[in-house]
Formats: sequence, C-alpha cells, structure tokens
Amino acid sequence: MSITPLIRIAHLHKHYGTGGEQRLAVLHDISLTIEQGEFVAIMGPSGSGKSTFLNILGCLDTPSQGDYYLDGREVAGLDGNALARIRNQRIGFVFQGFNLLKRVTTINNIALPLLYAGMGKVARRRRALDLLGPLGLEAHAERTPSQLSGGQQQRVAIARALSTQPALILADEPTGNLDTRTGGEIMEIFKALNQQGITLILVTHEADIARHAKRLVRFVDGRIVYDGVVEP
Amino acid sequence: MKAGDLLGEAWRAMTLNRLRAALTMLGIVIGVGAVVLMLAIGKGAEYTVNRSIAALGSNLLIILPGATTSGGLRSGTGSAPTLTAADAVAVGRLNAVEDAAPVYPGTAQLVYGPSNWSTRISGVTPNYFSIRNWSLASGHLFSTNDVRAASRVAILGQTVARNLFGAANPIGKSIRIMNNPFRVIGLLHAKGQSLTGRDQDDIAYVPITTAQTKLFGTPFPGTVRYIMVQGVSAGQMKEAEQEITRLLRQRHHLRKDAEADFSVRNLTAMAQAAARATQAVSFMLGAIASISLLVGGIGIMNIMLVSVTERTREIGIRMAVGAKRRDILLQFLLEALILCIVGGVAGIALGIGGAWLASAAAGMVVVVTSSAIALAFLFAAAIGVFFGYYPAHKAALLKPVEALRYE
Repeated sequence: MSITPLIRIAHLHKHYGTGGEQRLAVLHDISLTIEQGEFVAIMGPSGSGKSTFLNILGCLDTPSQGDYYLDGREVAGLDGNALARIRNQRIGFVFQGFNLLKRVTTINNIALPLLYAGMGKVARRRRALDLLGPLGLEAHAERTPSQLSGGQQQRVAIARALSTQPALILADEPTGNLDTRTGGEIMEIFKALNQQGITLILVTHEADIARHAKRLVRFVDGRIVYDGVVEP
Repeated sequence: MKAGDLLGEAWRAMTLNRLRAALTMLGIVIGVGAVVLMLAIGKGAEYTVNRSIAALGSNLLIILPGATTSGGLRSGTGSAPTLTAADAVAVGRLNAVEDAAPVYPGTAQLVYGPSNWSTRISGVTPNYFSIRNWSLASGHLFSTNDVRAASRVAILGQTVARNLFGAANPIGKSIRIMNNPFRVIGLLHAKGQSLTGRDQDDIAYVPITTAQTKLFGTPFPGTVRYIMVQGVSAGQMKEAEQEITRLLRQRHHLRKDAEADFSVRNLTAMAQAAARATQAVSFMLGAIASISLLVGGIGIMNIMLVSVTERTREIGIRMAVGAKRRDILLQFLLEALILCIVGGVAGIALGIGGAWLASAAAGMVVVVTSSAIALAFLFAAAIGVFFGYYPAHKAALLKPVEALRYE
C-alpha cells in the first residue's frame, strides 16, 4: 500500500463574500488526514459547515484558502476540466435527495458517469448491468426513478457512484429521506463497500447512522471539535 | 464524451418535451418556409422578366419619327412621316449597329373560312425576326424577293393561328386580309406576354411593302412607322444611339439648331430597369421573410433559457458525475441546433409545398432553386448556433454546487 494518505487537508478555510463585515466564514482552519479504506462519519448541527466541507472534498466547491491533496495531488489549483475529471474518475456521490435524472431509466442513470468518461455505449450498458445484481436492482433496469421506491432510488444512486470504480465515495445524508429500516439497508451496503476497500465519507446528523462508521469527525461552527473513534 | 452520445443526450432531452419542442420549432418552420417561398416567388418574377427581355431581343433600340405640327396643333411622337425603309438600310450599315428593320404596322380583320379574328398586322423585312430573336415553329420566312414584289404572304403568331385554325396546321392555307388573299407561309414560336402584359403572339407579319401598298395605304409612300435596331453589344448602345442620331440628322438635312424629327429609345435599358425593380422586390420579400426567421430564433433562445433554468438541477447532477463545462455547453447548443435543423428541413418542405400551391392554384411563376434551399437551411443552422449559444453558455457557467442546490 502507498504511504500517501488518500486525503490530506491542511489549514483549509472557506468563506463567502469579499471581506470586512460581509465576510461569512463557513470553515475555519480545518486540517484532516483520511487514509485509504477508512469509513468516516461527519456530524454536526446544521450550519456547522459539514456539507460545505463534503462539497470541497468532492471537488464540487473550492476552498478559499488552504491545501487539499487527493492521492497526494494538489486539488485547490486545478481548473474546471481537471476537477470534472476527478469527480468522474476518483469520486462517487450519494445525495440525500438521490439526484437521479428524471425520466431516465435505471440503467442510463447508472451509466451517466461512464458517458462522460467517454466509454462506448455497449460497454456502458454491460458495466451498468453488472452493478444491478449486487444492489438487488435486476428487475428495475428499465424503470425510471418515479417508478421506484426511495430505497431503490438510493441504491441506483449508489450504483451510479460505483460505476467508474472510484476510490472514494461521499455521501451527504444518504438516509435522510428514508425510513429507519430502509436507511439501515443502505448502511449495510455502505459497510459492505467499505469492506471491499472503498473509502467512505458520510455526512449525517443521526447518531444511529454514524455508529456504522469507524471514525467520527464532529463539526461545530466551521471547526473540528472532535476527531476519533465513534462513541459507543 | 463521444460526439454520438452528445447528440443522443440532446435528442433525448428534446423528446422529453415534445409539445414544447414542436412549438419552438414551428417558429423556425414558418420562418424557413417563408424564406424559401418568398425566394421562389422572387426568382419566379425575375425569371418572367428575364424571359420577357430575352423575348424582346437583346440590345434593342427603337427609332420613332418626330411629332407633326399642323395649324399650330402638335401631334405626339411618331406621328410625322419622316422615316423611310432607306433610313433603316442606312442605319443597318453603321458600325455600332448589328442590324435594323423598318416596321409598318396596322390593324385588320383576318378571315379563314368561317373564322375571323382582328389583330395587329406588321409589315416588316425578313431581318426583323432575327432582331427580335424570334424563330419559326414551322414553315419559312418570306424573302427579300417577297419584299421587293410585295407578295401576299403572311407569318402568323400562335394566338392568331389558334383563333383562325384551331389545332389544324395553318401552313399553306389561304386567308383573307382586308379582302386580299394571303398565303400563310410561317408560324412563329410562342413568345408570351411582353413586359407591359400584352400578348406578343397576337400578331401577323407580312412583307413591309405589302403592308404599305396593299393593306394600309399612306399619303406618304415609302415611309415607315418605326425602325427596330439591334446594337452590336450592350456596351456600345450609347455609341449606336449617337451614330444613328448623327446619320439621320444628316439624311434628313436638319440644320444644327433644328429639332430632330425622330427619336431613339433604348428598349433593352427599359427592360433592364424593370428587371432591377423586380430584383429589388425579390430582395425585399426575402428580407421580410428573414425577419420571421429571426423571430423564430428569438423564440428558440427564449425556450432554451427557460429550459436551462428548469434543468439547473439536472445540469448540477451531470457536473457532479463528471460532465465538463464543454459537455454541458455542447449539449444545450446541440439541442438548439437540432430544433433549427429539424425545423429548417420541415420549413423547406413547407416552402416547396407553398411554392407548388402558388403555382398550381394561383398560377404564379415560382422557381425553387437549390441555392435558395441551401441558403435557408444554413440561415436556420446559423440561427440555432447564434441564439442557442447564450443559453448554453449560461448553463455551462453554472457552479456545480449551486446547480445541485437549486430547487
């Protein structure tokens, strides 16, 4: 294994506005290292900056200041195309609201990242079909999101996140729109993925969900106040 | 991302909202249809005018006699019996003149068996027909001998022949003109309407001497009503005019300060002015039609902007899974382009259909040219790129995190 950590964040700041009194600091001097294969839960009250932090980790947003190394590579200075390539190849997203394309079939939703990766149509379909089985979606390949339950939609979203075989999966309140039992099923899938070596970072405000993780990071007012094992 | 996939995504997005796509397209369909139809009508008008000019003959001048003054009363141009067939021969020998033919016209009743028909009868020399660029459909022209002998032979225009003979062949038949028997020796090709709308085929020709002596007598023997002149080339028409004026003043023994007893007019220049006017109208029609195409383009921009706003979240999702700005830009640009191209093709069909209808139902002369179709199509595609770019650019500039947060 490489000795380079998957993620290394040093003195990262994020603020909105230009300065003075209008300047709104969201993240303040965050330093964090996450190794390959970790399962991290990020918790904190709303407005604590945890979602912003996840967006920066996912290259959807850029830090105002500080360093972010992904696979030992500086990300902060990259242009839009390079960031898009990282999102496509290295990172998979799972959102609270599923964020599937409406009126697009399960298969095509799963294959969407492969489309932007430049993969051919036949290969895309084969790859997407391979992902259906382990997530129990075989019967739903040609259905659209509106024909699926919440749990099924979230499994489609997970399959989409896995399609380009990324090293890192970021999940923002993935069980927030689901009932407890379905949420539990989704967490079981995440645990299984983590056992296969995929690094997982999960934002949640539910302690029950965070308990599935191996490491807990707690945010309050844009600062990390706790970083350690999950409290029993 | 592969080009084919890009096209597929753009096409799929459009088929999701068929009614909206169809209505947006309708603007382009009507615009392109109007451009194609208007260009076809304009081209048709140009074609008609050009055909009239060709029928008139090229580089034509006409020499008319001057006005008479009797008892202080001045008659109009052409009333003075000052031009002669000899003038025509002399004019025909000028350097800038190809040929000249004297004309002595009148009107008479033509009779063949039970049929009769009143028409213009022109006394001419055989070279008149080459000057007018007019050939025979059947039979033969009269000769210079016929002119010398004032033979009773006639050449008929299509309208006259149809009215006297119906479908029968008139060649060799004997007709009566003012109680004189004439033998029909030739039938002219149809020439259609003149620029002023007169039926040029409603006419009969006889040797000029026959007209002068046997049909339309004159107190001034040997005079002709006008002389048709063909210049050597379009560039030398002014020169021809000057040469004719100089020659005729000399032949008519006019003093330097005396008013000319004839006038020279350039028929071809008049026809070309008519052609230019038609071209201007044709251009106007095209320009007005283009405005409707422009309005269609604005409709596309409007709908694309709405579409970008509506699909902000979709754009965010696409960006989150790895779409580059270029991918988003091209997708929306292609959507606009597909709307315009499909609309353009439908519009071309509509325009051709409209042109066919105008020609079949209204009897208009329409000419659909491939260049007009290509122009309309390229214009539609350009509209698509032009009006599609801004919305597409706007979509591509969205920040992923903000687009994802959009409700």
